[in-house]
Amino acid sequence: MTMLPEKTDKKLGLVIDLDICVGCHACVTSCKEWNTSGYSAPLTDFNPYGADPHGTWLNRVHTYEAGEGHDGRTVHFPRSCLHCEEPACVTVCPTGASYKREEDGIVLVNPDTCIGCKLCSWACPYGAREYDYAEGVMKKCTLCVDRIYNETIPKEDRIPACVRACPTSARHFGDLGDPKSDVSKLVAKREGYDLMPEMGYKPVNKYLPPRPARDGRATTDTPTRPNAQQGKEPSSGTTSTADKFFAWADTVLSR
Amino acid sequence: MHPAYSVILFTTASGAGYGLLALGSLLALLGVIQPERWLGFALFGIAFALITLGLLSSTFHLGRPERAWRAFSQWRTSWLSREGIIAAFTYAPAGLFAFGWVIFGNISPPWNLAGWITCICAIVTVWCTGMIYASLKTIPNWHHPLIAPLYLLLAIASGSVLLNMVLHLFRQPAEIAGYIAIVSLTAGCLVKLLYWRSIDGAPGTHTAEQATGLGTIGKVRPLEPPHAQPNYVMREMGFAVARKHAVRLRLLAVLFGFTLPIATTVLVLTLNASVGLSILGSVTAFTSMAIGMVIERWLFFAEARHVVTLYYGAQTV
Repeated sequence: MTMLPEKTDKKLGLVIDLDICVGCHACVTSCKEWNTSGYSAPLTDFNPYGADPHGTWLNRVHTYEAGEGHDGRTVHFPRSCLHCEEPACVTVCPTGASYKREEDGIVLVNPDTCIGCKLCSWACPYGAREYDYAEGVMKKCTLCVDRIYNETIPKEDRIPACVRACPTSARHFGDLGDPKSDVSKLVAKREGYDLMPEMGYKPVNKYLPPRPARDGRATTDTPTRPNAQQGKEPSSGTTSTADKFFAWADTVLSR
Repeated sequence: MHPAYSVILFTTASGAGYGLLALGSLLALLGVIQPERWLGFALFGIAFALITLGLLSSTFHLGRPERAWRAFSQWRTSWLSREGIIAAFTYAPAGLFAFGWVIFGNISPPWNLAGWITCICAIVTVWCTGMIYASLKTIPNWHHPLIAPLYLLLAIASGSVLLNMVLHLFRQPAEIAGYIAIVSLTAGCLVKLLYWRSIDGAPGTHTAEQATGLGTIGKVRPLEPPHAQPNYVMREMGFAVARKHAVRLRLLAVLFGFTLPIATTVLVLTLNASVGLSILGSVTAFTSMAIGMVIERWLFFAEARHVVTLYYGAQTV
């Protein structure tokens, strides 16, 4: 059913701390390990040991550089479904296989009714949905719906696999609709933010920004860029007459 | 966006089919063309063949074609579902109208009612096809006010060129069909050029800084990708066509899709040529237009950039 619920009782989601994520990809592999035999099973891989491996993964970790010089940062950036409050991936679905749960706000795909038209993945700005070429249906993060309510596993495991696996506690799970929850307090304290808020899909998952650099860090030994020095050496080599001639010939011939 | 051949074939073939269905029915209802049996047989045969080919092709695009019937259920929110429903429904009035025309040679009341419904359904179907793309905020090139009108205009243009050819082949040339072809092709060409101008001039409003929220630190650039080889998201949404190729393909699309068909249709209309030459001219117009439409549709997908590419190195979309 692709009509969105007017409101959900809870807004279950993740809070991801970009300040302490070390980019180890433990959440990625743990997600894959759990979900390839869970609700979304299987998460098919193609040519996994070959030259062009690809497959369905529900969580990806990018690494970016932001800023320059002293203020520049390397930021590891986990990316998965944000379980939006107004997800376009659900409303575009022609079959009702994509839906948002009224009780907890989790966005799911019913693998038994999905026709694999891929339109939902086109509608998602966050690249959260990955098509399974072998199964012919769309796969996405389930927020480990088969763990968080699972009474057959120990209580401490009833959180998403990615959160359980994170060695630095950069991932937090909870009800972001409840202002008194730990995750909501964390978001308020650290000024957690939405990705691409201008799209208007109201993501539930929040990201905590990297903390500003501590005073005095790296002011005394700002490293010089290695390629700035390397760049000089070959250019000094090209000043010989022969090299100038070849450079000229190259320019003329490639006109 | 990845230009999937199944979707290119679907949108071009069904567009021409619905255009032919709408215009053929309309001109017959207005008494411009006579409900002659074999003409009707050819007209509806070609229209149904193109529409069915397009719809079948679109189901080949599905991962689970056997479940395609489920797409009729979510008309309240999904343009794809709406399109599927109207497309399937159109067969009913169109079938009835064709039955009256071909079997009884009769398109007067009550058969004409089916004709009018056919016209409306064909137009609404094409509009829904356009809205599937126009409703996607994630692809700024498509989330554009000219997309749905363009789909409709190009369907009418290709339908009218096709109708003109069929009428010539059946020795029932109607000048008005030629005029409709010339006017709709010209309008389609102008709107397409306007659209290209608009998307070329539009600055990307979404940035890598917004996508990651790291703009407060400074300029954002990728350092390590999350996977060694392209994943589904990159294969489907990360397709990019080289700028110089796009320019050449746009020229070819205008040449084959609009300029040549307009020129040949004008020649056929004005030269008072023999039957053979007129047929040759109208067939040439249609063949050229078909090639042009496929190029135009390929570009429609290939040139569309998705905001998700911001996570994979695009600076603005």
